[in-house]
Amino acid sequence: MLSFIIRRLGQSLLVLLVTGLIAFSMFRFIGDPIDNMLGQERTIEDVERLRTQLGLDQPFPVQYYRFLENAVQGNFGVSYRQGRPVSEILLERAPATLELAAVSGLFALGLGIALGVFTAIRRNGIASNFIMSASLIGVSLPTFLIGILLIYLFGVQLRWLPTFGRGDVVDFGWWSTGFLTESGLKSLILPAITLGLYQMTLIMRLVRSEMLEVLRQDYIRFARARGLKDRVVNFRHALKNTLIPVITVMGLQIGGIIAFAIVTETVFNWPGVGLLFINAIQFVDIPVMAAYLMLISVMFVGINLIVDILYVFVDPRLRVDSAGGH
Amino acid sequence: MMSDQLLDIEDLSVTFPTRRGAFIAVRDATLSLSPGEIHGLVGESGAGKSTIGAAVMGLLEGAGHISGGTVHFRGDAISGRDRAAMQALRGKKISMIFQDPLTSLNPLFTVGAQLVETITEHLDLSEADARKRACDLLDRVGIPDPDTRIDQYPHQFSGGMRQRVVIALALCSEPDVIIADEPTTALDVSIQKQILDLIRSLVDEKQVGVILITHDMGVIAETTDTVTVMYMGEVVERGSTAKVLGRPEHEYTKSLIAAVPRPDRKVERFPQISYGGRETRFAIEELARDWPKTEAPDGPLVEARNLKKTFLARGGLLPSMRKYFTAVDDVSFDIRPGEVFGLVGESGSGKSTIARMIAGLYPLDGGEVIFDGKRVSGADAATLEDFRRQIQMIFQDPFSSLNPRHRVDAIVAEPALHLGVIPKNEVDDRVRDLLEKVGLGADAAVKYPHEFSGGQRQRISIARALATQPRFLICDEPTSALDVSIQAQILNILKDLQEFLGLTMLFISHDLPVVRQMCDRVGVLKDGRLVELQATEVLFADPQQSYTRELLRLMPKTDLLSTDGLQAV
Amino acid sequence: MADLSTSAPTKPGRKGRWARFADSDFFYSFKRSPVAVVSFTVTMLLVLSAVFAPLIAPTNPFDPASLNLMNGFTPPMEPNAFTQESFLMGTDDQGRDVFSTILYGMRISLFVGAAAVLFAMVLGIFLGLVSGYFGGWTETIIMRIADVQLTFPSILVAMLIFGIAKGFTPVEYRDQMAIWVLIIAIGLSDWVQFARVVRGTTLVEKNKDYVAAARLIGRSPWAIMIKHILPNALSPVLVIATISLALAIIAEATLSFLGVGAPPTQPSLGTLIRIGQGFLFSGEWWILFFPACTLLALALSVNLLGDWLRDALNPRLK
Repeated sequence: MLSFIIRRLGQSLLVLLVTGLIAFSMFRFIGDPIDNMLGQERTIEDVERLRTQLGLDQPFPVQYYRFLENAVQGNFGVSYRQGRPVSEILLERAPATLELAAVSGLFALGLGIALGVFTAIRRNGIASNFIMSASLIGVSLPTFLIGILLIYLFGVQLRWLPTFGRGDVVDFGWWSTGFLTESGLKSLILPAITLGLYQMTLIMRLVRSEMLEVLRQDYIRFARARGLKDRVVNFRHALKNTLIPVITVMGLQIGGIIAFAIVTETVFNWPGVGLLFINAIQFVDIPVMAAYLMLISVMFVGINLIVDILYVFVDPRLRVDSAGGH
Repeated sequence: MMSDQLLDIEDLSVTFPTRRGAFIAVRDATLSLSPGEIHGLVGESGAGKSTIGAAVMGLLEGAGHISGGTVHFRGDAISGRDRAAMQALRGKKISMIFQDPLTSLNPLFTVGAQLVETITEHLDLSEADARKRACDLLDRVGIPDPDTRIDQYPHQFSGGMRQRVVIALALCSEPDVIIADEPTTALDVSIQKQILDLIRSLVDEKQVGVILITHDMGVIAETTDTVTVMYMGEVVERGSTAKVLGRPEHEYTKSLIAAVPRPDRKVERFPQISYGGRETRFAIEELARDWPKTEAPDGPLVEARNLKKTFLARGGLLPSMRKYFTAVDDVSFDIRPGEVFGLVGESGSGKSTIARMIAGLYPLDGGEVIFDGKRVSGADAATLEDFRRQIQMIFQDPFSSLNPRHRVDAIVAEPALHLGVIPKNEVDDRVRDLLEKVGLGADAAVKYPHEFSGGQRQRISIARALATQPRFLICDEPTSALDVSIQAQILNILKDLQEFLGLTMLFISHDLPVVRQMCDRVGVLKDGRLVELQATEVLFADPQQSYTRELLRLMPKTDLLSTDGLQAV
Repeated sequence: MADLSTSAPTKPGRKGRWARFADSDFFYSFKRSPVAVVSFTVTMLLVLSAVFAPLIAPTNPFDPASLNLMNGFTPPMEPNAFTQESFLMGTDDQGRDVFSTILYGMRISLFVGAAAVLFAMVLGIFLGLVSGYFGGWTETIIMRIADVQLTFPSILVAMLIFGIAKGFTPVEYRDQMAIWVLIIAIGLSDWVQFARVVRGTTLVEKNKDYVAAARLIGRSPWAIMIKHILPNALSPVLVIATISLALAIIAEATLSFLGVGAPPTQPSLGTLIRIGQGFLFSGEWWILFFPACTLLALALSVNLLGDWLRDALNPRLK
């Protein structure tokens, strides 16, 4: 078990090094960093000074090492477009995205699992057939269309909910939260549904198909043959086995939520890191892109590590290091 | 209705609606079961025997339903009861044991948890008492150290132990009836014997009734008191085991019994009692006419020298972290021209690995293979190509040995075409000719494998193997996936190939009676080592090694079986 | 159910390919499923109208000569106040016929989607076969890359690739290259699905005895992979390709909507929605509404088809 986690940690580190390399290469090779940082009016001395200051005269591995060293300390350089340190901008924007992702993630997971189990158990019922058909529309509706639809309906026509921004926020040190004000909470509703709906349908369909697969297994038939009640068979035996493959994919879905936050933030003008990233792409603001990539990969690697550890808790076959057996 | 009967099944019919009309899986089946009786339900695949078990339990799959007849349990009708009523009966009064112990237990719960939940479901016991009872049950089914093992997970048990756990689960609430659906088919013969003995002792002790569903006549002969023979959904014969097996009346029963390979005598050919149009001609004489005569070498045709094979059991980044498992350990033997050489052993003994090493499918980790005096392991391309022209192989599973996406003509032609044995323009004719001769008809050429039954597919495999006119044929459990009557046909064909074409064969099997029918000499394998090598008749008459003696002792006895129509060699 | 035909198969004689297809369980379940028939019909209708857009569209929206700014913001089915011209789905701010822009936009959406899926499919099949068949280090490296990439949502990967490519292409070529960059970005973000499925099938199939039979006669690994294993992997690949097409169309629309996809000079459905969004709140709903409906119809019908295909090709799931 320990060796499993150590191996996973090693892999995570490797992933971070590789994404770091990609981020660094972007920074180093797309355009000339010096051109991007200095304006038209510059002297040879300025260029030389900056080149030394940025370490661009060093060999590539040294530069890469410097980059990593800086990244670990949260130093990602200065945004080409805003002229401010990237880390400062990211820190300012991060709470908005994290709060949005957390709310819609909970919404997607909770509802997705519940509906998935329901439609698997009542597989031929009217309600589950309806839910399944509706979910296909959900999968086919791009996130941005859902957002526009909700804005039009609840914002423009009904005028119930705000359609852009975070509303009023309360600051705790560097963290600003929208959870504590009415307008903050109201502003959260539409973006959270927009972001969560697509992931919810995906999770629901996945849970359903995994559960149907499990329900076909011999041990489920044998559990029924032992006279166990349907409730016990479905919720004790089948559900636990369903969760194993579902856990993996949920890790990926959480990643998906963070990625699609970019779309949602654009539609709702939500001041998070996603909006920052999309603007960075449009203006080829490489330091911001690189920093965002690093930030995201740390998060994804973290999520996957948690998923792997969860795995070990659910599946006893991973807990025992191939002891016993045949 | 006799009330002393545990189970009375009368005129039971089970129907599965399908696209091409209703499929009647069981038609008007009648049988009964008394306390303390083991009732065998025997038949080949598609006979409907498992369907009866599932129907009694109320566990029919999909849209299957009881379309006629009744099932009474202790005089009360249970067929047609609703879901809840059946669920109350299942496990409490009637239990079931499935074929595969690997998949019958939920991998995520300890065996104790699964036992306790079943006990508390049916009996009014506290958690602690249920656990105590669970320990007793494990002890009863012969699991050593139950207090420790109760908290282990299924994957920590071996196959035989798992099946014991499954039986313990079936015993949780002292059921009156146990339906055992092929309970030993997935197990080795030594474990099979233990499990059958366990079932017998439970029956004697607790006076439960057992319906034992199996395809294996040996199991029937050795374990059951009464037997029902089924064919294509219908009961054809029923009675005491001694009577039905010893003096069968129905033609189908006779043909079935005649096809069973006997451990105690070698037959010239299996008698072909035709039933239900299943006999198909195999034109061996015509085949023999066109067969090339090759000069037999003076020495052995195949020599295996100190074969060794290890597999990676656990990977690791550093070589020191890896663990290896020795599948074949220093095995040597010769195969003489024209003989059938058998390798026999239980699962994991390395017999199939050896076959594949000789065929060149696995690289050797040690030793060498010599064919017709030439070393083929590590040989140059030309020698290898020459070797490949002269050997062919027939595999165990007729469903996986033919590519489902290729047409039969392409399958049969591939070896001959690739090795350039037959000119391209003659291939079509040769393929059709071969298919005709193996008894499938030339029409088979344009069909796909899924259009054929298991026995017919094995004939396609034989046609493919014969297309290159090899000298050496490796048969890796060629009949263990087949029904017994089909097995008899295929074994007869293989005997013909040896006798008329002079083919040399390596015959791999786990089934000692089959080995006795087929082989001239036999090697016995245990854990990758050759423990005994003898002429077949000598080995069966006078085994030298204790392992061989044990294997022979564990074979199901078939003394009860009628010997009508058998011609001993 | 175990096979019951111990005697010769019942169907005598041979039929043509089409007759056999018409008699197959696959076609039968297609006929029996109204959802499958409708979604197939709608998909074909949309694909054909996209392919033949130049023949069907009333105007060529990208021909400046045919545009009349006076026609701007004409509501659907109503004559324009100045020119008295009437348009089925109205016009946009520049007086372009929305119906025509949709047909041309769908062309781009479908082309990008199909090309991206094709690219992902070829790459995924190749890497899946190789890693599944050879195993060892080849497999470890390919599947690790796949794992890592899978951790990053495909839309993000596509954006990143788009962003990097944008950094590399000189400004004046950016619009021209955008479509191809999109195809590669979406394709590269999507190969993992194919590779995993093909690898999975390969791992199962390579241990089957028909592969052993082919190896026995000395067939090369490539012949075995392509002639023996690949045909057995095609059904799951087909299902994934269909579902991927829907996903690729949505991904393209999303990227274009965000402004990092098809440029305004070559608008796809996503670009049209991006343009239309600006007019939604000022009352010109049709500029957004019709492209959005088309996108939904396209994605939904392809999705439905893929969903049905998965069930039909995997009878176990019924």
